[in-house]
Amino acid sequence: MSEEHVIIIGNGISGITVARHIRKLSDKKITVISNESNYFFSRTALMYIYMGHMKFENTKPYEDWFWEKNNIELKLGSVQSVDALSKTVCLGNDESISYDKLIIASGSKPIKIGWPGQDLIGVQGFYHLEDLHTLEKNAPDNIKCKRAVIVGGGLIGIELAEMLQSRHIPVTLLVRENSFWNTTLTDGESAMLNRHITAQGIDLRLGVSLKEINGDNLGNVKSVTILETKEEIQCNLVALTIGVTPNVDFLADSTIAINRGVLTNRYFETSIKDIYAIGDCAEQQLPIENRNTIEATWYTGRIMGQTLANTICGNKTEYNPGHWFNSAKFMDIEYQTYGIVNVQPAENHSHFYWKHEDDTMSLTFEYNKNSGEFQGINSLGIRLRHEVIDRWLNEKRDLEYVLHHLNKANFDAEFSRKYEKEIFNLYKSKVEL
Amino acid sequence: MAMKIHDNISMSLAKPDDLVLSLKLKWATGAASIGLGLLILALANIQLPQSNIILIISMLLLSFGVILFSHALYRNHLSSNKNNGIWYNSITSRGLQGWMLGLVLTSFYIVLYFYPNLLGLGLNGQENTGLIHLFDALSLNLNGHNATQWFVYGTLYTLAILLFGYKFMLKYQKNRYQQLRTLSVMFFQLGFAFLIPELMSKLNSESSQLPYYDLKNIWPLNYAQFEQGRVDGFLNGSSLGMLLLAFSILSVFVISPILTYKYGKRWYCSWVCGCGGLAETAGDSFRHLSSKTLKSWKVERWLIHVVLVFVILMTVAVISTYLETDALQYWLTRDAFLVLIGALLTAVFSLTMIFKRKELAQDAQYAAIGFFVLILSLLGFHFFSIGSKLFFIDAETLRSSYGFFIGSIFSGVIGVGMYPILGSRVWCRFGCPMAAVLGFQQRLFSKFRITTNGGQCISCGNCSTFCEMGIDVRAYAQKGENMVRSSCVGCGICADVCPRGVLKLENVSIIEGLNFPKIRKETKE
Repeated sequence: MSEEHVIIIGNGISGITVARHIRKLSDKKITVISNESNYFFSRTALMYIYMGHMKFENTKPYEDWFWEKNNIELKLGSVQSVDALSKTVCLGNDESISYDKLIIASGSKPIKIGWPGQDLIGVQGFYHLEDLHTLEKNAPDNIKCKRAVIVGGGLIGIELAEMLQSRHIPVTLLVRENSFWNTTLTDGESAMLNRHITAQGIDLRLGVSLKEINGDNLGNVKSVTILETKEEIQCNLVALTIGVTPNVDFLADSTIAINRGVLTNRYFETSIKDIYAIGDCAEQQLPIENRNTIEATWYTGRIMGQTLANTICGNKTEYNPGHWFNSAKFMDIEYQTYGIVNVQPAENHSHFYWKHEDDTMSLTFEYNKNSGEFQGINSLGIRLRHEVIDRWLNEKRDLEYVLHHLNKANFDAEFSRKYEKEIFNLYKSKVEL
Repeated sequence: MAMKIHDNISMSLAKPDDLVLSLKLKWATGAASIGLGLLILALANIQLPQSNIILIISMLLLSFGVILFSHALYRNHLSSNKNNGIWYNSITSRGLQGWMLGLVLTSFYIVLYFYPNLLGLGLNGQENTGLIHLFDALSLNLNGHNATQWFVYGTLYTLAILLFGYKFMLKYQKNRYQQLRTLSVMFFQLGFAFLIPELMSKLNSESSQLPYYDLKNIWPLNYAQFEQGRVDGFLNGSSLGMLLLAFSILSVFVISPILTYKYGKRWYCSWVCGCGGLAETAGDSFRHLSSKTLKSWKVERWLIHVVLVFVILMTVAVISTYLETDALQYWLTRDAFLVLIGALLTAVFSLTMIFKRKELAQDAQYAAIGFFVLILSLLGFHFFSIGSKLFFIDAETLRSSYGFFIGSIFSGVIGVGMYPILGSRVWCRFGCPMAAVLGFQQRLFSKFRITTNGGQCISCGNCSTFCEMGIDVRAYAQKGENMVRSSCVGCGICADVCPRGVLKLENVSIIEGLNFPKIRKETKE
């Protein structure tokens, strides 16, 4: 009997991880289909290509020979539809391939909400490899692109600001909220980032949104108009980065149940047998603890891929991502978070907040006011040791224990200045009050 | 070294306009060019009045240029943006300027090693001319003699480490590990490699002639350390000489294993060593050019260990020759020496095989080959040697070919000359026998490792890109594995360029931390 054929749609971190782990566990026939690139590359590194830190080659985590050696077939092609009845996927050129098991890992796509002028030349998102090429055309330097306007105060928006600034292109960043990323960060943290972003020379506009994008008679973008102030800002690039949404349009005619993403249970099984979905395009039917039902982060894609490979290879395994964590970087300030830190402390919870006087470092601890139990931590400018914090969360340590042992969780480079004592003293002084 | 912000954009057909160099950069480039120009004028044998003043002016201009340049680039930059445009700049991305610089550097090394007269070295007692003459006054002041090509080279080398070290410290101003280790290499270069040996040679008298000795230059990197002339120099140099000889032996067998156990080979390779020092400072702009392929790793492991076997053989041959021919002068006989070395090699080999077999499964056969080549050669030396003829090989031939192929061509002409093409640590990675010894220790019994921070890695590849040793750091980071690799020199740049705080250099203090992750296998996952 010939081996089962597993088709994976998408060669991002989720699709590639599941492919690699199926190969580790079995000799199944594996085909990975992508319409974006021949080989797996790290999407998170696209920004560094534009900034000149890396070449495209450097973003590929595996050398090109790796796939053939491991008998993983990579196919460049655009999946047009999935026919669950005949168990085939149809590619653009009328080619169809049949599968025994299908894994949908098609990722995200940028959200566009129908602004006037959003199809002008010089208006773009930044997500796909193709967007990097477009950006190279739209904003090669500050002569062709005299100003860029970025719409959206999210992680991609701030990365784009850093990228454009590396080529000395003036940037205006339009943020709908009245403080940067304050839907996730606490007020103090968000305010510190407002100051940091402004200090880096970014024209940060808070509490504003885009009314329309105006073009010249050649169809090029020439300015944007702000809804609230009616101000017109001249620019040659408009980057729309208000968020991403599951990339599942091609499944519209399939019978797979879809909400925003492909609906799955904790085994990543969709409504149809032998079809699975993982990564950004998957949506959990029931939220797991207080996680989002759609998780568009790198590491969840990786965990999902590993988990599903077990299931596919006969060892049915439930998705169990553990305590929430994440990281990002805002210009020059690194951000890490572990556990739960709400923007406003949850009921019966409180925050303990420390900020360094130089305004580039802070820690926010959320804890239970009654039991003292440590709930989670946000860190800006200080690296924390994942393993230690995760253990403290498992052991349900209280805040005082955490603060007392904080040096164990420090992950900054050797000889870095340490602030644990200062932080502990601040805590003591607050307790005594 | 003019640096445009970018002059060609990858993956784009549009040729963007060059950005104008800021005024500061222009001044800096101008000053450094004039400084360099004065040296070139001297090289061209153009008679310059007041050569000592010209030298001072030239050095000041060079210093002023590099310092101003560094300030313009890094004074107020975002620390995460320190590598902006490095792949767009012709000189740092194997562009035309990079190849030209490579050509100039390799030519310089060829002239330095093989045609020093072209630099103005006075042969047969004649006066120095040209570039070397320019350094006569400085040399006289320091060591009491006229300059040689080595004095000129040492001075320029030290200047390069100091100036580019300053640039490096500004570039990594937010990272104290980087600042401290750079201060350290600057200190060891200026003090140990340059000033102390020069001053020591000034103190030499008729009765006591200590050899030129850079204390931190340890065998086998310093492959000439145990040659007859030097050993005699130490032995005749009274108690200080004996002390220095004892120190040089202890460095190899006691001091460096202990330090490597505690801190990894970085204590030497990126805190002390002069070759490493130049690579980390002047070579910093080229670190990303090292090849990260599995193929180059295979080449690396063969090449560096072949050099190691070569240097051991050569040294043993040289020592046993003078122990034999001048037997009366030394208390150690040739045969006793050979037995001693044979016993030491056997001990190292069998201990490794007994205790570390599992970690070295793949490498065991290569290690065995190396070991048996050495032992057979020792036996050969013992049974088939007559006078200076050892076995089939003449010790002097071995010595001079090592000096030529490894000491000059590999470490100098290719090692530094190819910075702009192959990256800054070509010698350290592919050739240095000292790195091989320390790497062996680091791989097998060191507390040092690069720790991965749980699941935070986003596989971006900054770590691998900027690893000067060509290690695919990301391969470990994305698996959440700690990294123990013999070639890692612990420069810490992978951790610095990581945008998610994933990597940390650590000396683990607990014994259970000393588990040994398997060497990566890329063939089958």
